[in-house]
Amino acid sequence: MRSRVVLRRLLRNRQARSGCLALILLVALAYLGPYAGPYDWTDKDFLAFLSPPSADHWWGTTSIGQDMYAVTLRGMQKSIVIGVLVALISTGLAAMVGAFAGYFGGWVDRLLMWGVDLLLVLPSFLIIAIISPRLRGASWLWFVVLLAAFTWMITSRVVRSMTLSLREREYVLAAAYMGIPRWKIIFRHIVPNLASLLIIDATLNVSAAIIGEAALSFFGFGIQPPDVSLGTLIAEGSRNATGYPWLFAFPAGLLVVLVLSVNLIGDGLRDALDPGSTS
Amino acid sequence: MGKYLLRRLAMNVILIAVAASLAYMLAATTMNPRAAYQGRRPPVPETVIDATLDTYNLNDKTPLLQRYTTWAAGVATGDFGRTWNGGSVNDEMGRRIGVSLRLLFVGTLVGFALGVALGALSAVKQYRPSDRVIGVASFTIMAIPVFVLATLLAVATYSMNRALGFTLIEYTGEYNPRLTGWDQWLNRLNHLVLPTISLSLGAIAFYSRIQRNMMLDVLNQDFVRTAMAKGLPRRTALVKHALRTALIPSATYFAFAFGTLLTGATFTEKIFAWHGMGAWLIDSINQNDVNAVAAVSLFAAACVLAAAFLSDLLVAALDPRVRVS
Repeated sequence: MRSRVVLRRLLRNRQARSGCLALILLVALAYLGPYAGPYDWTDKDFLAFLSPPSADHWWGTTSIGQDMYAVTLRGMQKSIVIGVLVALISTGLAAMVGAFAGYFGGWVDRLLMWGVDLLLVLPSFLIIAIISPRLRGASWLWFVVLLAAFTWMITSRVVRSMTLSLREREYVLAAAYMGIPRWKIIFRHIVPNLASLLIIDATLNVSAAIIGEAALSFFGFGIQPPDVSLGTLIAEGSRNATGYPWLFAFPAGLLVVLVLSVNLIGDGLRDALDPGSTS
Repeated sequence: MGKYLLRRLAMNVILIAVAASLAYMLAATTMNPRAAYQGRRPPVPETVIDATLDTYNLNDKTPLLQRYTTWAAGVATGDFGRTWNGGSVNDEMGRRIGVSLRLLFVGTLVGFALGVALGALSAVKQYRPSDRVIGVASFTIMAIPVFVLATLLAVATYSMNRALGFTLIEYTGEYNPRLTGWDQWLNRLNHLVLPTISLSLGAIAFYSRIQRNMMLDVLNQDFVRTAMAKGLPRRTALVKHALRTALIPSATYFAFAFGTLLTGATFTEKIFAWHGMGAWLIDSINQNDVNAVAAVSLFAAACVLAAAFLSDLLVAALDPRVRVS
C-alpha cells in the first residue's frame, strides 16, 4: 500500500513529474531511436567527413565519417547502463557494510569503519585513473566495479548511524530474543527499514555515476575505444567545439538533460518518501 | 581535550601513511617509467637507462620492496624523490601548490559568499518568483558537469573575442610572461576571470541549496521570533540571529570543499591550462611518473584530513552548543 501512496505523492510533484517524463523519453530515444536512424553506429560514410547536420546525417558526422546520431545514442545507452549498475552495486554495498558495522559493533564496526575512512582518504580519481587504462582489453564491467567501489562510503556511514538506533527497537530485540541469527535480522528487519534512504541514495547515485564516468572518460581514463559513452564523445567533441559544434553539443546536451531528469526524480522521491526531511 | 586531539592526529598520520603507501605500490607496480627512455631516437643503451632510473629510484628491475623502503625513508625526512626526468618532486610540488592556491582562493570564496547570500535570500522570499528562479537555475547548473561548463565558457569567450577583433578575456594560461609590473598584474586578473567563473558557478548552486534549507529551518524557530518581537528590525534579526545559526552546515562543507579543491580543480586547471596540483594528477599519470603520483596522493590525503579537522574547529567556533559538550 505504501508504495502506492509514495507513487501518488511523487506524481503530484511537478518537478518529479517532468523528471519522470524526460527520463522515459530519453531512455526511449536511447533504445528505440537507433532503429529510426538511417545509419548503424559502426557504419562509416566515407563521402561525408565532419559534415554538419543535414537530412541524411541528422546530427552531422565525425572526423572518420561516423553518423553522430547513431554514435551518440549508442554512447547514451552505455552511460545509462553504467549509471544504473554502479548505483545498484554501490548502494547495496553501502547498506551491507553499514548495517553489519552498526549491528555487530565492537571490532567488526571498528574494522569496517577504518576501511571506510581509508577509502575516503585515498584519491579515488587517481586510483581509477591508474587502473582503468590497464583494463583496455578487459570487459567494461570492470570499470563499473571500480567506479562503484569508490562511491559507497559516505552512505554506509549514514546507514551505520541509523542502524545504531534501529538496533534498540522492540521488534529487533524481540527477533533477537527469539533466537533468529543475527545476519537474518539484518536482512529482514534492519535493511527493509532503511528502504527510503537507500532508494533515494540509489537514484542520486545514478546521476553521480553518469557524471563520474564522463569525467574519467574526458581524460581517457574511462570507457576505452572502440566502445563509446557520452563521456568519450564529449571529450572528443570538446577538442573542436569551436569549429564543429555538433560534435560537442549533442552528447553534452543529452548528458545534462539525463542528469537533470534523474536529479529531479531523486529530489521528488525524497519529498515523497520522507516528508519530514529538509535536506 | 588535548589527549583526544593527539589521538586523532596520530590516527590521521597513520591513515595518510597507509593511503600514500598503497598509492605508491599501485603506481610502482603498474606504471612504466622506462617507456619514456626506450622509445628515443637514437636508441639509448639499456645500461644507461638502468643507471638513470636507478638514480631516480624508478628502476623496475629493483625489487618493489627495496624501491618502497628507499621512497618511504625519503618521505620520512621530507624528500619526495625525483620526477621521471630527474627534477625534484618537492620543487615541482611547491610551485604547483602556489598556482592552485592563486587559482582557487578567489573562486572558492566568491562561490561560498554568493551561494550563501542567494540561498538566504531565496529562503526569506520562499515561493516568490525570485526563489523559484534561483531554485531552477541552481538545479540546472548542478546537472552540468564542470568540464562541459568550462568548455562552453571557453567557446563563448573565443567567439566573443573573434567578434570583437581583439582579446577581451583570456582563456588559456595563468599570465603573459612578457608583461611586467602593473600590466602583468592586470593580465593575471584577466586570466583569472574564466576559471573563477567555472569554479564558482557550481559552488554557488550547491551552497544556495544547502543554505536555503537550513535557513528555512531556522526562520520558524523561537529565537528569531523573539528577536523580532523585542523590536529588532527584520533585517538585523535575519542577519544576526537566523543567518549565523544557519551558516554552520555550510561552513562544514566549505572547509571540506577547500581541502578537496586543491586537487579537485583538475578539470578547470586542465581546460584553462593552469599548471596546478589538479593538472599534475593527470600529467603524472600520463608520464608514468611514479614518485609524483605518490606525492599527489599523499598531499590529497593530508588535505582531506586537515579539512575534516578544520571543519570541526569551525563548527565549534560558530556553534555554542558544541563548545559546551
